[in-house]
Amino acid sequence: MKALTTLIAMSGFLREYLTVLVFGAAAVAMVGAMLGAGSLLRPKRAQLQKYISYESGVDPVGTGWSQSQIRYYLFGLLFVMFEVETVFIFPWAVRLEDLGLFGLVEMVVFIAILALGLLYAWRKGVLRWM
Amino acid sequence: MLAAGDPLFADGVDLTVVLIVIAKTVVVFGAMLVSVLLLIWFERKLVADMQARIGPNRAGKFGVLQTLADGIKLFFKEDFLPTQADRRVYRLAPYLATVPAFLSFAIVPIGGTVTIAGHQTRLQLADPPVGILFLLAMSSIAVYGVMLAGWSSGSKYPLLGAVRGSAQMVSYEAALGLSTVAVVLVTGSLLTSDIVAGQSGEGLFGIIPNWNVLRLGFIPFVVFFIAGTAESNRPPFDLVEAEQELVGGFHTEYSALRFALFFLAEFMNTITISAIMVTLFLGGPSGPGPDSGLIGALLPVFWFLLKVFAMLCVFVWLRATLPRFRYDRLMDLGWKKLIPLSLAWLLIQAAFLVDVKWGIVVFTGAAVMGVLLWRAMEVGHGATEHEAPAPPKFQEVR
Repeated sequence: MKALTTLIAMSGFLREYLTVLVFGAAAVAMVGAMLGAGSLLRPKRAQLQKYISYESGVDPVGTGWSQSQIRYYLFGLLFVMFEVETVFIFPWAVRLEDLGLFGLVEMVVFIAILALGLLYAWRKGVLRWM
Repeated sequence: MLAAGDPLFADGVDLTVVLIVIAKTVVVFGAMLVSVLLLIWFERKLVADMQARIGPNRAGKFGVLQTLADGIKLFFKEDFLPTQADRRVYRLAPYLATVPAFLSFAIVPIGGTVTIAGHQTRLQLADPPVGILFLLAMSSIAVYGVMLAGWSSGSKYPLLGAVRGSAQMVSYEAALGLSTVAVVLVTGSLLTSDIVAGQSGEGLFGIIPNWNVLRLGFIPFVVFFIAGTAESNRPPFDLVEAEQELVGGFHTEYSALRFALFFLAEFMNTITISAIMVTLFLGGPSGPGPDSGLIGALLPVFWFLLKVFAMLCVFVWLRATLPRFRYDRLMDLGWKKLIPLSLAWLLIQAAFLVDVKWGIVVFTGAAVMGVLLWRAMEVGHGATEHEAPAPPKFQEVR
């Protein structure tokens, strides 16, 4: 109930998303309709060999699972750092005119600390792809 | 405080408003599908011209209907679901790839304000108060489509393609976000309609347009362009589906319509990223012409389409010209060049906004840091990397 009242209070804010909702529903419906029509139209002649993974054309050896480099994971971590930072930067960018010099100094300090983090990762060789 | 959004919703939501919303959705949806069909044909034709080939010329005049023919063919093809695949996720992935490609177009302003059935509305699907964040969110969700498709296929090459692709997309997403901040900085708003309105006035000397690409000094535009190309996995950044290395990349195991959906999503992303670039940097629908009457309503749409078409031509041109990046070079470009550059440019921009005096100070500081960084890289290269082996000498055959 409380959630509902909050929703109504927010409705002015959420109203703009009505179109997004309709548009998203249309997109989902289109993908669903295409796949549905396809499943009606296409032939189905089941043979066991057809359902082997294609991979590179020859019969696959072993499972599809393989280990991948740890570096992908490290880049993922770095990405989280930068995205969180972007979340902080956006509100600052909107309000900079009011904040003036104070806002500028704050952001220089903030980005300097962040750049230090990137430099550290750089120095440690995280950014080097072997 | 609520920012002013679409005037359509100003007096609440009734049946007429809902009908207008649905009408707008249908029109944009249809237009996008048609433009994807045309874009695929156009790209094949233009690339063929650049490579001195003829390209598609059988279906319809000049082969215009080629894409439609291909699409219909894929409807009648058998769809395989590999036994090794994770069935649910495998079926979900095409949705996750296609739907965000459509949704991010929702915030792009296509034209000015028009009156339909007594309601004023913008020629723009939605104008949420945090439009730019919505855009970034959608481009993040698109990563799931690639990642889950490759992961759920239960096959080696798709997995490699997906891991590569998601690492690439998240790397460039940071640069994409930071270059967008520069636009927000001069506009002071996250609304796409405000961003467009901020660029509509006359710039220097009354001739040069007041577009963000000029106001921001090109660098955010260039960064956004490169990062956007990488985000939509267009060549030269199409490492997710590098045919020579990964067979077909993340959608190797997909067949028939599910494959067609990934294809659709890729081209939809190209159109969307062009439209967003036009919105953020090239003034959106603004252009010379009368403000009122039927022409006043239609001319902005024309300018918008013209600009988007110009951007699409550049994308096709890039594809025909540049070879694919090597993966380590790709990561270097993202993390070691684009991100530091956009961070520094962001600070310089902010400092100039506060005061010219501070702008010069920060600019000097950033320049000094850049030179130091460049020097450090030079030293680092000498210390850690071996010299390239001498090229083998060819023996003369007698």
